[in-house]
Amino acid sequence: MIKSYKARRIIANTLIYIILAVMCLIWISPFVYLLLHSFRGEGGNVTVNYLIPKTYTLQNYINLFSGAGGDASINFPRWFLNTFVVACFSCVISTISVLAVSYSLSRLRFGARKKLMNVGMILGMFPGFMTMIAMYYLLDAMGLTRTLVALVICYSCGAGLGFQISKGFFDTIPRALDEAATIDGANKNQIFWKIILPMSKPIVVYTVLTAFIGPWTDFILAKIIMGDVRENYTVAIGLQAMTTPEFIQGYYKQYLAGSVCVAVPITILFLRMQKYYVEGVTAGGVKG
Amino acid sequence: MTYVEYKQLNPFQRFVHNFKKFFTNIPSALGRFISACGRGIVKFFTGIGKGFKNYGVTFVKGDWATKLSYLIFGIGDLHKGKTYKGILFFLSEVLYALYMIFFGWGWVKDFPTLGTVPTRWESDGFTEIQIPGDNSMLILLYSTLTLVITAIIFVIYIQNIKDAYRHQVMRANGEKPTTLKQDAQEFLDGKYHITLMSFPVLMISIFNILPLIFMILIAFTNYSKQHYTLFDWVGLQNFGQLFDVINSNKKAVTFIGIAEWTLIWAVVATFSNYILGMVVALMINKKGIKLKSLWRTLFVITIAVPQFVSLLLMNQMLQENGAVNIFLGLFNGGHNPGIRFLGDDVWVARITVMVVNCWVGIPYTILSMSGILMNIPEDLYESARIDGASPVKTFTAITLPYMIFVTTPQLITQFVGNINNFNVIFLLSGGGPTTTEYFGAGKTDILVTWLYNLSMGNEQDYGLASAIGILVFIICATLSLIVYNNSKSMKDEEAFS
Repeated sequence: MIKSYKARRIIANTLIYIILAVMCLIWISPFVYLLLHSFRGEGGNVTVNYLIPKTYTLQNYINLFSGAGGDASINFPRWFLNTFVVACFSCVISTISVLAVSYSLSRLRFGARKKLMNVGMILGMFPGFMTMIAMYYLLDAMGLTRTLVALVICYSCGAGLGFQISKGFFDTIPRALDEAATIDGANKNQIFWKIILPMSKPIVVYTVLTAFIGPWTDFILAKIIMGDVRENYTVAIGLQAMTTPEFIQGYYKQYLAGSVCVAVPITILFLRMQKYYVEGVTAGGVKG
Repeated sequence: MTYVEYKQLNPFQRFVHNFKKFFTNIPSALGRFISACGRGIVKFFTGIGKGFKNYGVTFVKGDWATKLSYLIFGIGDLHKGKTYKGILFFLSEVLYALYMIFFGWGWVKDFPTLGTVPTRWESDGFTEIQIPGDNSMLILLYSTLTLVITAIIFVIYIQNIKDAYRHQVMRANGEKPTTLKQDAQEFLDGKYHITLMSFPVLMISIFNILPLIFMILIAFTNYSKQHYTLFDWVGLQNFGQLFDVINSNKKAVTFIGIAEWTLIWAVVATFSNYILGMVVALMINKKGIKLKSLWRTLFVITIAVPQFVSLLLMNQMLQENGAVNIFLGLFNGGHNPGIRFLGDDVWVARITVMVVNCWVGIPYTILSMSGILMNIPEDLYESARIDGASPVKTFTAITLPYMIFVTTPQLITQFVGNINNFNVIFLLSGGGPTTTEYFGAGKTDILVTWLYNLSMGNEQDYGLASAIGILVFIICATLSLIVYNNSKSMKDEEAFS
């Protein structure tokens, strides 16, 4: 009886291993395809009718960053720099907004607190880009459309509405800490900077990384704001422009190389962030 | 059904029971919601009434400076020796007056008509000169801006009166007003929330609330490609067109078709991800399976890659001569079958989109489910083992009910997320295959991508787009409210602190 049970378990586990392996293969293989073909040497700048490339070269990456390819408006290094600058600025502004709002709503008590939270929740329920047209004209009235400043404003202005996760973290820090500090004569400002913030490293890192990754992965906002001013594109819309019928024939391999250049750093940052996120959510309660 | 009867059901029956209960409860929940709204409205108006009463009472009790504050901001404060605050109040009034005289009023006066003078071309004998007329869009935008500024000034006005009266009472009690330094200290302590929140709230007001009010107003106009510079209020016409099924209005046909597909899409996408993700998570977390973190990381990598990269890649791979067809060709004797996944066949395209969505979405479910699975208290399993329960029994009696219980709110959140799932549709199929039956939409377009097409695509109809936005909001808000009301963490904020 025991033996058959054991045998059954082994069969079940083997089956599970096989299923998991096949699924992982399905999930990972597109990225392997992307990686391999971004180094493909032969076959010109179009898709080929086989899966594994025959020769490998760095030429696609060199072409991508030197702007070789025939059209001056396809300028990947510029797009990369644009995205980096936008990401840095919006990261700083968003982080400040998110931490300020979530800290206030979580640990300070004032009359309009509940009301503000409800308003924030309702605002979050409108489809995001419903306001885009209005936003576009507003920025136009300020003379900012099709600039990077407009993009920074778009990414960071609504950041304060995404307070839920860090508020959840701040909620878990025991209030006794604040009370003890108040008895010792600290004011709210000192409590924020000297007590709560130093022990909130996971959530701060999480907020910073989310805000930094945002501009790299966003597609739609950048598309609406930038229109056809290609020199101000971010990597997302730039790569999409490369896949349009107009360019795909000359830029297919550069597009693959560009995707790798964006995906690798973002993936590493994301995996980093995941660690802090888990730490932030689970470790908060224990800390006090 | 009594409690005992309920307890005798197996987990699946309980799930079905709860599922049914959820839908049969909707009317009463709606009733409660409406009565809560009613109470809110009553509270709002009694609040206003109280405000008016205080406004009058303060005026009667006030001395001459307080009374003058009703006309000129800050007089009361200046008179009581609170100089800097008085000057700030006064300045705000002056600035507002200047704004209204030189800018605001010029736009607001056209607000009821949204402008009447059309742009025309006039010949001065040699060349045609454009005489610009009214621009309704600018009138609406700046009127909204003026509205928001006026609201802010109104709050300042009320604060000014309250402050004047407060200082009057303080003087009567022989107290001195606080100095600037003391006030600055207060902003780091008792009023710290104002210091922290004012910048984010200002940003949100200008770049979220203002555009939102503007767009909600747009839903009641005929702003479209045909009425670009000059448009009018049309009341509920946009909403009427969407539901005008009897005359089989093209817009109504599109709306019904797309709403139907949005619903199918949201249900299939949510449940396929949920069930398949749960199965994989259970497999990874099964006792005796090794390399758990490796499996998990491999799946998480697919989340980490920016969605536009993976979706554009998928779009390329699903082309006629793309990688997927080449791969299928390997089983076909090296002959490329040339399936047009995103081609003209509506259901092939729709199924492709749903399958790719599984590929995108399942890792998210795996991630959250793994977390929940690891949190199931171990002693539950231990006592089940002692009682002699078989693994199958343990699974159906402990694991499954626990998972369904914990993840039901998440299911609804995901459903809302899928209604708003713009990226997958837009980057993968672009809404295609195109059709002439629909007004500015393709057969795989969902409501939000249609909204996008109507504001950015070929058929620009901003009024209709806003109306759709409002409808999507109503759907999502209703569903979210149900979750919000049921979620424990919202009710019980301070459970851990």
